[in-house]
Amino acid sequence: MEKVYANAAEALNDVFDGATAMFGGFGLCGIPENCIAALVQKGTKNLTCIANNAGVDDFGIGLLLQRKLVRKMISSYVGENAEFERQLLSGELEVELIPQGTLATRCMAAGYGMPAIFTPAGVGTEVAIGKEVRTFNNKEYLLEYAFEADFAFIKAWKGDTEGNLIFKETARNFNPLMAMAGKITIAEVEELVPAGELDPNQVHTPGIYVHRIFKGINYEKRIEQRTVRKLS
Amino acid sequence: MLDKNQIAQRLAKELKDGYYVNLGIGIPTLVANYIPENIKVVLQSENGLLGMGPFPFEGQEDPDLINAGKQTITTVAGSSFFDSAMSFGMIRAGKVDLTILGAMEVSDTGDIANWKIPGKMVKGMGGAMDLVASAKNIIVAMMHTNPKGESKLLPHCVLPLTGIGCVKKIVTDLAVLDITPAGFRLMERAPGVSVKEIIAKTAGRLIVDHEIPEMQL
Repeated sequence: MEKVYANAAEALNDVFDGATAMFGGFGLCGIPENCIAALVQKGTKNLTCIANNAGVDDFGIGLLLQRKLVRKMISSYVGENAEFERQLLSGELEVELIPQGTLATRCMAAGYGMPAIFTPAGVGTEVAIGKEVRTFNNKEYLLEYAFEADFAFIKAWKGDTEGNLIFKETARNFNPLMAMAGKITIAEVEELVPAGELDPNQVHTPGIYVHRIFKGINYEKRIEQRTVRKLS
Repeated sequence: MLDKNQIAQRLAKELKDGYYVNLGIGIPTLVANYIPENIKVVLQSENGLLGMGPFPFEGQEDPDLINAGKQTITTVAGSSFFDSAMSFGMIRAGKVDLTILGAMEVSDTGDIANWKIPGKMVKGMGGAMDLVASAKNIIVAMMHTNPKGESKLLPHCVLPLTGIGCVKKIVTDLAVLDITPAGFRLMERAPGVSVKEIIAKTAGRLIVDHEIPEMQL
């Protein structure tokens, strides 16, 4: 099956109102900028977004929040977004906060075909409310279910026409995990090459997890906290 | 009384050669500036990097290379990148030797609260719950009292918990304290700070069972 699409609009053509969608990235690092722009363009409504963060007011998932396209956010940290906070406090937006490692591992579990995991994160806290607790080796663990999403939007550095992906530096973060958890996984890449050009030894995500791939354009790659040291 | 940099300087004395260390946001991040030259530690950033280097020089910033505080950073010789599941995997599996993080409250049984103020702050726990649930050695870096002058070392946390019975040691602007089954045990006092002042500003159970030396920075 042909996996290569011309652009984001074509690759996201069948994303529907009310869909559950995962977005790779940590902060604004490694986010699927082209997919987000295409969702804004389409105006897809009532999205349930699973993403570590909610972007900033005018970038990343913040752009979806601005247009009120998000019904529910499932994240670990949502610090830097005033519009997010406004919608949350006014009750327009539903939010589920979960520990970062739990979020990552629930995605991984889906991609590994495991229905649930046990993690100690959140034991004894409000995160544990209503969850099954099991004791292994005298330590308590919470049962957390695998995540699945209708769509996973992934940003990689390089990809090939078979959907194999290579990520760059800390832009890897949640991307390979969410790639494994999407019923339909759509990857945007900075560089798209013919099959055979990526060294199979270096592939991070095998193409079996990737259903659609396209070459992204106009990457802004905004830096959230530009921090430098002075030449001394 | 110590300032934030001096707290970081005191914390750096907890580092040992060969340690893999996770430093939280705020005061803990400053610890990286005081790593003794005769030891080697590897800094873990939970967004997916082992071997975190200093901030880049101006013009060398790379948007694909950030730390857990979303700051631009660099790598060092021997660095490696990995995904978020592996990152928390190595934390959960106890491979990271030391975690230093900030807190809003710590109880005398080692409970910690640092992620939520109901009705006021709803930013989320990020990786803090995973870190405190799994790390074998957790040190809290914080001010001894809040801006209102109320003790942050309590009999029980009032704010929503991040983790239970996990903190091993606290370094504040006033003191170094261990967490023991009998409560906070005073180990060191900051230069110029009296034991009396520490007692007055510690709301939880406090044990003072020996001569308390002044901190060496």
